[in-house]
Amino acid sequence: MAVTAFDSRPDPSVTFGAVHPGTNYLNANYGVRSWLFTKDHKRIAILYLVTITIMFAVGGLAALAIRLELLTPAGDLVGDDTYNKLFTLHGVVMVFFFLIPAIPAVLGNFALPLMIGARDLAFPRLNLLSWYVFVVAALFTTYAMLTGGVDTGWTFYTPYSTEASNTNVTTAGLGIFISGFSSILTGLNFLVTIHRMRAPGMTWTRLPLFAWGLYATSIIFILGTPVIAITVLLVALERTLHLGIFDPALGGDPILFQHLFWFYSHPAVYIMILPAMGVTSELITCFSRNKIFGYHFIAASSVAIALLGFLVWGHHMFVSGQSVHASLVFSFLSFFVAIPSAVKVFNWTATLYKGSITFETPMLYALGFIGLFTIGGLTGLFLAAIGVDVHVHDTYFIVAHFHYIMVGATLMGYLGGLHYWFPKITGRMYPENLARVAAFLVFIGFNLTFFPQFVLGYLGMPRRYHVYPDEFQVLNVLSTAGASILGVGYLLPFLYFLWAFRYGAFASANPWHSSGLEWTTPSPPPTENFDVTPVVTNDPYEYPAYVPPRK
Amino acid sequence: MSAVIREPSDVAPAPYVAHHFDDAEQQFEASTLGMWIFLATEVLFFGGALSAFAYYYWQNADAFEAASNHLDLVAGTINTAVLLSSSLSMVLAVHAAQTAGRGRQIFWLLVTFALGAAFLGIKTYEYAHKFHEGLVPGPFFRYAGPNAPQHEMFISFYFALTGLHALHMIIGLGIMGTLTVLSWRGWFSPAYFTPVEVSGLYWHFVDIVWIFLFPLLYLLGRH
Amino acid sequence: MIQSLPLLPRAASTIAGNVDALFSYILGVSLFFATLIAVLIVVFAIRYRRRPGRELAPSSAGNLPLEIGWMVVPLAIAMTMFVWGASVFVAMRSPPDNSLQVYVVGRRWMWKVQHVEGKREIDSLHVPVGRPVKLTMTSEDVIHSFYIPAFRLKQDAVPGRYTILWFEATKAGRYHLFCAEYCGTQHSRMIGDIVALEPAEYQAWLAGESAPGAGTVSMVDAGQDLFNQLGCATCHKMDGEGRGPILAGVPGSHVALANGATVVADDSYLRESILDPQAKVTRGFQPIMPTYKGLVSEDQLLQLIEYIKSLQPPARVAQAAQGAQPAAARE
Repeated sequence: MAVTAFDSRPDPSVTFGAVHPGTNYLNANYGVRSWLFTKDHKRIAILYLVTITIMFAVGGLAALAIRLELLTPAGDLVGDDTYNKLFTLHGVVMVFFFLIPAIPAVLGNFALPLMIGARDLAFPRLNLLSWYVFVVAALFTTYAMLTGGVDTGWTFYTPYSTEASNTNVTTAGLGIFISGFSSILTGLNFLVTIHRMRAPGMTWTRLPLFAWGLYATSIIFILGTPVIAITVLLVALERTLHLGIFDPALGGDPILFQHLFWFYSHPAVYIMILPAMGVTSELITCFSRNKIFGYHFIAASSVAIALLGFLVWGHHMFVSGQSVHASLVFSFLSFFVAIPSAVKVFNWTATLYKGSITFETPMLYALGFIGLFTIGGLTGLFLAAIGVDVHVHDTYFIVAHFHYIMVGATLMGYLGGLHYWFPKITGRMYPENLARVAAFLVFIGFNLTFFPQFVLGYLGMPRRYHVYPDEFQVLNVLSTAGASILGVGYLLPFLYFLWAFRYGAFASANPWHSSGLEWTTPSPPPTENFDVTPVVTNDPYEYPAYVPPRK
Repeated sequence: MSAVIREPSDVAPAPYVAHHFDDAEQQFEASTLGMWIFLATEVLFFGGALSAFAYYYWQNADAFEAASNHLDLVAGTINTAVLLSSSLSMVLAVHAAQTAGRGRQIFWLLVTFALGAAFLGIKTYEYAHKFHEGLVPGPFFRYAGPNAPQHEMFISFYFALTGLHALHMIIGLGIMGTLTVLSWRGWFSPAYFTPVEVSGLYWHFVDIVWIFLFPLLYLLGRH
Repeated sequence: MIQSLPLLPRAASTIAGNVDALFSYILGVSLFFATLIAVLIVVFAIRYRRRPGRELAPSSAGNLPLEIGWMVVPLAIAMTMFVWGASVFVAMRSPPDNSLQVYVVGRRWMWKVQHVEGKREIDSLHVPVGRPVKLTMTSEDVIHSFYIPAFRLKQDAVPGRYTILWFEATKAGRYHLFCAEYCGTQHSRMIGDIVALEPAEYQAWLAGESAPGAGTVSMVDAGQDLFNQLGCATCHKMDGEGRGPILAGVPGSHVALANGATVVADDSYLRESILDPQAKVTRGFQPIMPTYKGLVSEDQLLQLIEYIKSLQPPARVAQAAQGAQPAAARE
């Protein structure tokens, strides 16, 4: 949308007009049925927000229990089996029911059509179906966890998961299988929407980078999810019908399971990070009022990560019995996949150069994202070098590495995006100062929780250990202390978002003075998004050159 | 300076164009692209299972080739002919939706349905025979010859692969039934035939999966 | 230098120093780039913060040479990490020929160690300092992983196959042994000690008293007993008159199979031939060997393999006895 009269005054949003006088998507109709049978992508995003928040709480409580247990070397809070079920629950819920869907299904569903000037996603009913499928999957898996639990770890390696575990593996596996359909439907919807529903004038090189991030993520949804589906199905068949596909006693190969599993689960981690990277591009440009540095490179790097990510799964299997040659190839390729991520970090940093930077909460989360993603990504280099990985594989070094990316990066990207689009979603502003305090708590709590785990891992503490030698206690105590701070940091947004939805100051259409089509609609938008189909004539992030402020 | 273009109320929309699409053409293109993407997921789904099968074939080539002789080649060949014919009838059904009235549409849809049902009928016969012979994976497997574990592995894959395929066929029959009802209600015309088109893509894909399964399972042992 | 930091475990193997050095290198590079990014972000955040007169930015567009540069340079650095990591890894996977052979069988939730001389251990492994030790490992049930942090080494123990881990201890001492692949209820209790002893002490330990009931029958002798008890000797006669092939000299050789292929007779092949004899039938022989699946444990399989490895081929024995005669005798 061409922007002419760009108001450069700082924005206390309460002075800029009230909520759109007409109806918006929230008050268009009332009643439970109008929500449960909605076809509006914005309402579906809210439905996802509610469900995903519940699942995050479930996974988070498990994490709290784990960290409490690990305060002492002995197993004095829960028994061995319970502990094993807790970390399995934590992993399964956080990976499949939080990290993979969160940004795409909440922020992507809400913002993508608005950002590209469309009235909705390509298949609104499939969108609603994807939410119902997600809920069914979550219920299935929660049922499995509550009625006896699962103790295989979220990676459910064979033959433990097929032969030895006497827990609800099949039920949980079916829950994961079903959740895969939710991912596939979302990815399918996003791909077709981006291909076919862009507003006139929005060429591929004018797509916002969040859309590019979602596009690349959707490629992985489509190509990767079916493989975990067939894998989990084969495990379920083996458990119930005693097929011998992964059982060495019947001629099967347990390592084949690992290949099939990681073929999806490695690209899955890029599902988790690419949308957060897209959010970061939006936030960095908006809060430094600067065009993104290297638009084409950031867009291309998203797609490169999606594709290269399918070639490196064997780096999870260096000590599994995989051949030397295969390991060398996977190590080599794993170093390549680091480069597009580095390109993004450099470009974001360069975007700050000569910008005009403010530090509202979304920006704090975006800067935190860059810092923590850099650390998490660099620790990936240690793991790609096989000589080091042999020592740290299956230790807390790995745990720290992936939590830096998943929690330090993805979760902060999610929170940053939630704060950024909160005024658009609800028509209200959240309390800024309290939000900044929460952001700092999250950052500090996070580092205190997970940095000691790098040290623990190199010292040799294996992961998934219920009890551990005394010499590891000090670092574990530090980690648990950090986790309690982190917990408070997460609780605060939950509380003040709820408060602000009802009592927050009204927000204008564009409280952040951001470019982007979604900010040309009222806050909250009407159900149809645009009264008039926009025509795009500008590149994204076209913040005009310096204009003297109005007297 | 945004121009007003292509407002929904300016152009009389074709029937059944959803509100969020600009016109029927956009809806058609979106739907077909969506189906192609869904079929890509199916390729990866069956591909995963076929990769596992290929790995074990590479490890146990002799035993798998011997085990392939357990399968009923006649039934498999007839089924292949049946499915290929059903793809032809499906193409004719799509063509009828594009050009003809509902009489011909319903005719070809029902022919496709019948051929699909025949496929499943023959498959049921094959499965029943396998149960009878004890060539079923799991605790009831019995085979007196050498390399029994490898034979059981082959049979496991046979049931898993053809079972998944059969499940997709059953879904396909449901789709054919739905299309028949919609056609009878007069939904399809040269202006709007998208559901038939995308269902045709699905049906052809399920046929192609069988074209892969047939040689890999039935023809492995016949040199 | 890095050893003086209290953040590293003790280093007690020949490869540990290499691993720590590689780690330090990657750490240095990481610290450099992390600090660079952090400093740039802080400096830019302060220098370019919004203030009156600085409301908007003069838009930046991009810089192709910079983009190429910061792709090529990190890639080049990454390749050095790859090469170094690969060389350390290849060394880890190349046990020297004169390695001391020890066998490890993991099962839930203990490590069973068998020394060739017959000494058996549970959850501990005594090794001599200064001598390469090669572990051949398997599992009786699920995947476990044999992890010695002080040596910077681990390897999965996988059911149905043998995996190898080799090391050379450099310092006498007691070091943690952990199971590092989740295996169920008592995964975190499947731990033990690696006890590295000076060579003289190690010999003393080998010769010394064993735990009651463990016995000190060597693996070869135990294997020979099994070979006779299980009836293997009936078909695998030493003189080649039996229905099965001569086993002496087979380990390590190339075996021609009935289907035309050739395989190397490694430990896994020997194990498979006992448990699933029809899988790889030797050319020229009938597929009549019965399976011993369920009749031998993993420990016993290793004893049988050690016994088979100890067999001297009769032809070679005869040649050695005949000395320089063979060529003339055949004319």
